Amino acid sequence: MTVRLGPWSVRLAPRALLVCAALALAGCTVAVAAVATGEYTLPVRDVLAALTGDGTPAADLVVSRLRAPRVVTGLLVGAAFGVSGAIFQSLTRNPLGSPDFIGFTAGASTGGILAVVAGGSAMTIAGGALAGCVTTAALVYALAFRGGVAGHRLVLVGIGVNALLLAVNSYLLTRANINDAATAGAWLTGSLSGRGWDHAVPVAVALAVLLPVAAVAARPLRMIEMGDDAARAAGVRVEAVRAAAVAAGVLLSGTATAAAGPVVFVALAAPQVARRLTRSPGVTLGASALVGAVLLTGADLAAQRLLAPTQLPVGVLTAGIGGAYLALLLRKERH
Amino acid sequence: MRQAEEVRDRRREPSPQGRPGLLVGGLVVAVAALALVAAASVALGARSVPLSTVVAALTAPDGSTDHTVIRELRVPRTLLGIGVGAALGLAGALMQGLTRNALADPGLLGVNEGAALGVALALGLFGVSDPAGYVWFAFGGAALAAVAVHGLAAAGRSGSGPVRLTLAGVALGMVFTAVASAILRMDAETFDRMRFWLTGSLAGQTPGTLARLAPFMAAGLALGLLLARPLNLLSMGDDTGRALGLSVGRTRALTGVAITLLCGSATAAAGPLWFVGLIVPHAVRGVVGGDQRWVLPYSAVAAPVLLLGADVAGRLVARPGEVQVGIVWAVIGAPIFILLARRRRVAAL
Repeated sequence: MTVRLGPWSVRLAPRALLVCAALALAGCTVAVAAVATGEYTLPVRDVLAALTGDGTPAADLVVSRLRAPRVVTGLLVGAAFGVSGAIFQSLTRNPLGSPDFIGFTAGASTGGILAVVAGGSAMTIAGGALAGCVTTAALVYALAFRGGVAGHRLVLVGIGVNALLLAVNSYLLTRANINDAATAGAWLTGSLSGRGWDHAVPVAVALAVLLPVAAVAARPLRMIEMGDDAARAAGVRVEAVRAAAVAAGVLLSGTATAAAGPVVFVALAAPQVARRLTRSPGVTLGASALVGAVLLTGADLAAQRLLAPTQLPVGVLTAGIGGAYLALLLRKERH
Repeated sequence: MRQAEEVRDRRREPSPQGRPGLLVGGLVVAVAALALVAAASVALGARSVPLSTVVAALTAPDGSTDHTVIRELRVPRTLLGIGVGAALGLAGALMQGLTRNALADPGLLGVNEGAALGVALALGLFGVSDPAGYVWFAFGGAALAAVAVHGLAAAGRSGSGPVRLTLAGVALGMVFTAVASAILRMDAETFDRMRFWLTGSLAGQTPGTLARLAPFMAAGLALGLLLARPLNLLSMGDDTGRALGLSVGRTRALTGVAITLLCGSATAAAGPLWFVGLIVPHAVRGVVGGDQRWVLPYSAVAAPVLLLGADVAGRLVARPGEVQVGIVWAVIGAPIFILLARRRRVAAL
């Protein structure tokens, strides 16, 4: 189905639209459930009232100061990881291509740990994580560049850099004093607890700027999936598109990691779940963003409630999701 | 690419069988180097002792601090390093021969992480603290990981072989590591004991550990070295191998058993180590050519030389503390891996 408006046209798949609508609904449901429940349960009516600004003072405090920022951060971070994962899976033409495995997340961790050791505040840690992620990405890109960046070389170089940074991270953790090591350890598992609006805003800005970039790059990326030569023959400026896509993916995963810590496997699982739900031939950005948001907020809700009153870090749950996802991949495509 | 490599190797060194004397001599040199590094490993550390004291400690112990350190800590640690190094070097060579993939490595492909998950399960959930007990869990984890990585790599629909296998291994390895560290974290005392092991370390094992694990390592080494001839046939392709009388299925299965024994026991002893099994066989093939009858024993002797060397270096750079050998190896190994990934047209291998 194609919608034309003047010189622009957009191809729409009805199934994808339906799935996206359903995912958005699911995201809202999870979000409202996360805001309404907890140690202090609120009726949904009060939640909605507090959100529109005329709730009781108590409900207002719990909803808009404590729970809503966490949920919104979760939604945005999940969406950012989902889009970032979709971009890298398209670039590497591999359902396992994910910023988690090619060093970017590990680089963000290195930056975060260094900031912790330097005695930084929460904002410095976020800045360190973003800087670490971008530096690592630049390093991987430069090392993989030989008259162009082929997807497989990006993956292999990234895996090497990833191994190096994991070693550096564990070295830093063994050298740090016990308090810093505990702080860094908590941040490294990935957690949404205690996140305020100041965590959510940078991710929102990044999404607002980079989602359009990613959306424009989506179509040429599909062409590149068919091979560099085929894409070039179709008029795609392969290296330019690839550089733009890498930049968008890196900045998204960097800001997301800065906000929530290195939450692994969301970027890995979201694009493939989205692809299966929409039954689209390639990875889809919009649906990936929505799946990422639902996955992360859902995992965070489960992490808070499963063993209540013990609060698990959400990273433990997403690691479980990653394992389940790999098992599924193994079972489903074996024939 | 592989054929081209073999052709090149043959051109440079006309058939290894033609000069076995030279190759045996090289093996003797490698063993001598191993003895030298082992002596350094016993003598050097946070508290370095002269070689004469080492000899005295081994022949006529007098119970002094130096003698106790040497007999109780350094010698077991050195022997552990030799065993683990030989196991991982041989396992890497076997994996590269079996998968015909130049980037195969027990750590990179998640097998060591699978073994580590097995050990974590045994220690954290089942309370098995005897090395001879939890090594079986390590075997289970290693075998499961090897099968799963192969399945995952075959499941992806596009991309090239070595890249697919490596990505599958790294992905699974990360899941295994995350679960293993979550299990170990449940008990503070266990975690404190095992956290250095989890990054790969030769320290912190009781002298009894090696004795309990040695039979499994020895069995794996013996089985692995016996597989040289069938793996040579397998390198020509399944069909050619079959035509030459090779039982392809049995060779694969036995190689898998050997890899499981080697990786499981090495990981149970020293934690999940990366790159030892990748780089050593690579370097060895550059020297002796592609004949597995030489690649396998050379890898088994050269790997402990490098592993012990890295361990000694890790002890010396951060005196009086130490850097875990797993970290030293990653810092050395990762750049070499990146060079290999950049240089060779791995995708076409």
